[in-house]
Amino acid sequence: MSRFEVVSKLRRTRISTVIAQGKREDGRGLSDFRAIKIRKGIIDKAEGSAEVFLGNTRVIAGVKVDKGEPFSDTPNQAVLTVNAEFTPIASPTFEPGPPDETSVELARVVDRGIRSSEAIDLEKYCITPGKTVYVIFVDLFILNHSGNLIDASALASVAALQNTKLPKYALESDKISLLDTREPLELRDLPITVSIGKIGNNLIVDPTADEEEIMDTRLTIATNKDGHICAMQKSGSTGLDLEEIKKAINMAREKATEIRKLLMES
Amino acid sequence: MNTAKRKLIVDEVRLDGRKFDDIRPMKIESGVLPNANGSSYLEQGRNKILVGVFGPREMHPKHLADPHKAVLRCRYHMAPFSVDPRRSPAPSRRDTELSMVIRNALEPAIFLERYPRASIDAYAEILEADGSTRCACIVAASVALVDAGIPMRDLVVACSAGKVDGEIVLDLDDIEDKEGTADLPVAYMPKLGKVTLLQMDGILSPEEFDRAFQLTLEGGKKIYEFQREALKTKYAKQVEKGEKGSVEQV
Repeated sequence: MSRFEVVSKLRRTRISTVIAQGKREDGRGLSDFRAIKIRKGIIDKAEGSAEVFLGNTRVIAGVKVDKGEPFSDTPNQAVLTVNAEFTPIASPTFEPGPPDETSVELARVVDRGIRSSEAIDLEKYCITPGKTVYVIFVDLFILNHSGNLIDASALASVAALQNTKLPKYALESDKISLLDTREPLELRDLPITVSIGKIGNNLIVDPTADEEEIMDTRLTIATNKDGHICAMQKSGSTGLDLEEIKKAINMAREKATEIRKLLMES
Repeated sequence: MNTAKRKLIVDEVRLDGRKFDDIRPMKIESGVLPNANGSSYLEQGRNKILVGVFGPREMHPKHLADPHKAVLRCRYHMAPFSVDPRRSPAPSRRDTELSMVIRNALEPAIFLERYPRASIDAYAEILEADGSTRCACIVAASVALVDAGIPMRDLVVACSAGKVDGEIVLDLDDIEDKEGTADLPVAYMPKLGKVTLLQMDGILSPEEFDRAFQLTLEGGKKIYEFQREALKTKYAKQVEKGEKGSVEQV
């Protein structure tokens, strides 16, 4: 629980005063993202990979693919797991050790966005029902924490999946052998996750680490290419009223369209 | 997701006989655990949940204490026999996340600033799980917190809605949750009009979301009455027996 950077009262006041005037400390408007940079295919040994920068926030997603046993309740579906590692190099407040609730939440929210959007046809990647399926590991590595890790991680994951080449297996009378060829992972959707923060009476997108510290609440919304909502997560210990939720959803849908365009072009 | 698709809604009636906007039969009792400062037992369909609240009490370990306010700690825990097949009693990643969102859902309702350095611990044990358990835990825990005499701004109600067979329905049970296509758990402070938990998985159009969200608020109102009734019944019993309420002991 030591993941808190202390933000002085003066800075707190400054951040919230500026936001109350409709601006941000770093000169952005309330609904502006920092510069987004997406680099795909940066790790050769991974089946898929991508690095995302949101300003100074930096996250790498690596996709490893293997074959393994399916879960007993979904015998004919591939296994997808998302895991997040908050490396101690990313912030003076991150300590080595087992994942705490923030990193578990991050991984699960990213997972929910991808899974709910049904971007990956899990049934398609079943090799022998009940026995062998593709196992897709998405590992998130937080390399620098300057706020909004969830959006950066979700974007990196989808970018890495876009870039994923699956190993192919041949099935010959119960024997599974690895072939030399690879085929791209088919993505049916590009879910985009946008987190909206509430500071005072204002909603902002893409909060910096300092803004996150003084934020009352965060509402994370993933939307698919049709503009439908495919995952949500509210976090933080202040309530939201109904109008704020509606406004947040609209902001998230709008931003998602812009980011999806960027993702397709990169 | 499921391969063997069966009809979950026939002629606008759900598998268990409910209409789209019905919640399941609910029963809440408060003051059920003798050793806890506050407690509650909740049944909602086949959900069976016990919540014990301890505190405000001294924080252990001490470094977790907050000098400005009490720290609320929540644990969501499923009994190995609560689901089929058996689940390991060790906390899963899901449990870690749910414990956190339940804490976030309850915190805004509690006057934590009245008890600096203290801890308030709410432990939820799921004895049998039948869908929407995180909501049921929030409902039960807010009753247990009041039962412990902890000053609250409001009760927190919680209810889920979702999309099943293409219809938006209230209060998903286990099958509807697993085979439905969207799940939206919402917690809400009815008097203050604040949403304290909002999660979603599955796919909903903005219009469907509005409808589902509205349903959870209506379901919440009904659940609020069950919560109040549970508390009233407990205090009425104490008056009958001439006991002092736990409020005075704290």
